[in-house]
Amino acid sequence: MSDRNRAFGFSRRQVVRGLLASSAFGLTAKFGTGCAQSPSTGGDAAADGAAPEELVVGFIYVGPKDDYGYNQAHAEGAAAMVANVPGIRLVEEANVPETTAVAETMRSMIEIDGAKVLFPTSFGYFDPHILNMAKEFPDVQFLHAGGLYQEGVHPNNVGSYFGYIDEAQYVAGVVAGRMSKSGKLGFVAAKPIPQVLRNVNSFTLGARSVNPAATTQVIFTGEWAEPVKEAEATNSMADQGIEVITCHVDSPKVVIETAEKRGVYTSGYHADQSSLAPKGYLTGAEWDWSSIYTKLGQDFMAGKTLMAGDIPHILRGGLADNFCKLSPYGPAVTDEAKADGDAAAAGIKSGDLVIYKGPLKTNTGDEVLPADKEMKTNNVELEKMDYFVEGVIGSVS
Amino acid sequence: MATEALGWWGVPLGILAGTLRGSVPFLLVSLGECLTEKSGKINLGLEGTLLFGAMSAYAISYLSSGIVGPTLAPWLGVLAAGVAGMVLGSIHGWLSQQPRVNDVAVGIAMIIFGGGLANFFGKPFIQPQAPHLPTLPIGGWSDLAPVQSALQISPLFLLGVAIVPLMSWFFKSTRWGLYVRAVGDSPDAALAMGISIFWVRMASIVAGSFLAGIGGASLSLFYPGVWTERISSGQGLMAVALVIFARWRPWQCLWASLLFGGAQALGPAFQSVGIDSYYYLFNAAPYILTLVIMIITCSPKRTLAGAPGALGQDS
Repeated sequence: MSDRNRAFGFSRRQVVRGLLASSAFGLTAKFGTGCAQSPSTGGDAAADGAAPEELVVGFIYVGPKDDYGYNQAHAEGAAAMVANVPGIRLVEEANVPETTAVAETMRSMIEIDGAKVLFPTSFGYFDPHILNMAKEFPDVQFLHAGGLYQEGVHPNNVGSYFGYIDEAQYVAGVVAGRMSKSGKLGFVAAKPIPQVLRNVNSFTLGARSVNPAATTQVIFTGEWAEPVKEAEATNSMADQGIEVITCHVDSPKVVIETAEKRGVYTSGYHADQSSLAPKGYLTGAEWDWSSIYTKLGQDFMAGKTLMAGDIPHILRGGLADNFCKLSPYGPAVTDEAKADGDAAAAGIKSGDLVIYKGPLKTNTGDEVLPADKEMKTNNVELEKMDYFVEGVIGSVS
Repeated sequence: MATEALGWWGVPLGILAGTLRGSVPFLLVSLGECLTEKSGKINLGLEGTLLFGAMSAYAISYLSSGIVGPTLAPWLGVLAAGVAGMVLGSIHGWLSQQPRVNDVAVGIAMIIFGGGLANFFGKPFIQPQAPHLPTLPIGGWSDLAPVQSALQISPLFLLGVAIVPLMSWFFKSTRWGLYVRAVGDSPDAALAMGISIFWVRMASIVAGSFLAGIGGASLSLFYPGVWTERISSGQGLMAVALVIFARWRPWQCLWASLLFGGAQALGPAFQSVGIDSYYYLFNAAPYILTLVIMIITCSPKRTLAGAPGALGQDS
């Protein structure tokens, strides 16, 4: 009875062990989440006979569409595009990991749903997946949220758009700096990529503009969605007496709720989380994709394309261009903090206030900018950021 | 707002708090798996059960809070999670005992099935806030807010700890415990005793899945207290590996779960006091621990002491 399975030279017990060991290993490679895909919610019919006045636009999200975060911000923008621009048909897929899975999703959106424009929204989709697909389908436009497009290097049917949300983070930092007595702020971050570092730095510079002694403690969780670690990080910060916590992870829900339970102020990110923390929510840096996607949708329907050069390959904007906005102030915010926050926002919108101006040092003491230099928001050097400014407690590597 | 800073004391406190908060799912899942494996079947599907339990608990707690009130609702959620676990368990129990069906393969299918089902039904519950389980504050003796917050004990943790001696006693001193062990160690002898192997294994798997479902409830209703599709991050599978580490003994399951829960808090706690190099390594601590345990315990040269004899054999 026991020799039936010996044909391959392994007993079943050895197979069990092998499988267990490889499953445990697979966890580090996100084996579990890879299995947790949900089916496409939008692609119900093949659009073989799509009328020429109809344009199929595909949106791909790395997480669920209603996560109070990054994906929700994009999904709301996509919904606004469909609502405002007649003729656009939306296909969406959520929970697509940053692996070859996204390449397969893009391929099926193009070949089965007939999508002509794709918005793969997550940072890690770009290289190599979008680049490979763009070469394979030169007549499909790929718009990626992130600052990664390089003229001449990448295919010309690829474009990148991103908001300078760090401008909103700066204003949130001003409010946080005013609201914190000790000047101890905290930042729960996912990964040390330039956009995250820039948000941390701008938040810190904002706080230090009103309280020069303010510091920002950074904790990296290592992944975009790691609820237990995010909760642990928030608790650790509360234990250290940190008074305002903000974050840059896919869904700030855990951080905001945990901080509210600990009686710590919070500043939101991606979307409006004020309902999660009715007492401690100060303000937050939110995306405002609705206006951008509506504009792009109108361009598509007018026949403009990236390939013809009618749509710029790099689209950027900040508070002034409605790429981002601030959450309404929470009840705890004092009038003084509100006034400073409003002043900073107005200064950024008019261009009078430059966030990165000298003298500026990294937190390891290296000089970023001498006293008479400054980097405006649209400076591409800022998109390659690999340092923390003075006042941030943490290290990039 | 709290202004006391703990400094270096934050690290042991963070790990202690992480141990108390983070070990609950490990403890409940590993106890459930311990019972299941003692009967000679392995249930890898507890990862899916954990997810489905977390979703069911959150959904029921949210939906029923309007009807039964926010104090009773989370408890209904816990019950629902247990029942949801039992449903998945009975599928596994039936499937894995069919002739020529491999229980490991069924388990992997159940991971995908449970996770998929949870994500499918869980979509509308990602956004709303469900009432959480109450916690027992045992840190009232301290004036420090961080200490008080760290010593918020979940009743599910106490439940898990209470099950440990009970299960130990059950295996050692009760007739039913003997049945489970007999079926797990020597099915032929159990059959000769007149015990139904099928039903003993079925009951063990269903009871184990009930505990795993409650483990899921602790994720969504206690800590971290939300329902998202990535809430489990592999904790169910780690708990299964942990049972082997614990040599199928309930008491060792408890210690191992505490160890794993504490390991999760390592990365954030160190970073919060300024030790920020190697945070990937600290964050990977639970996974590395699992791998190390697998390597240490899985020697090809000897069998594991305490392993149920029929585990991984043909039924």
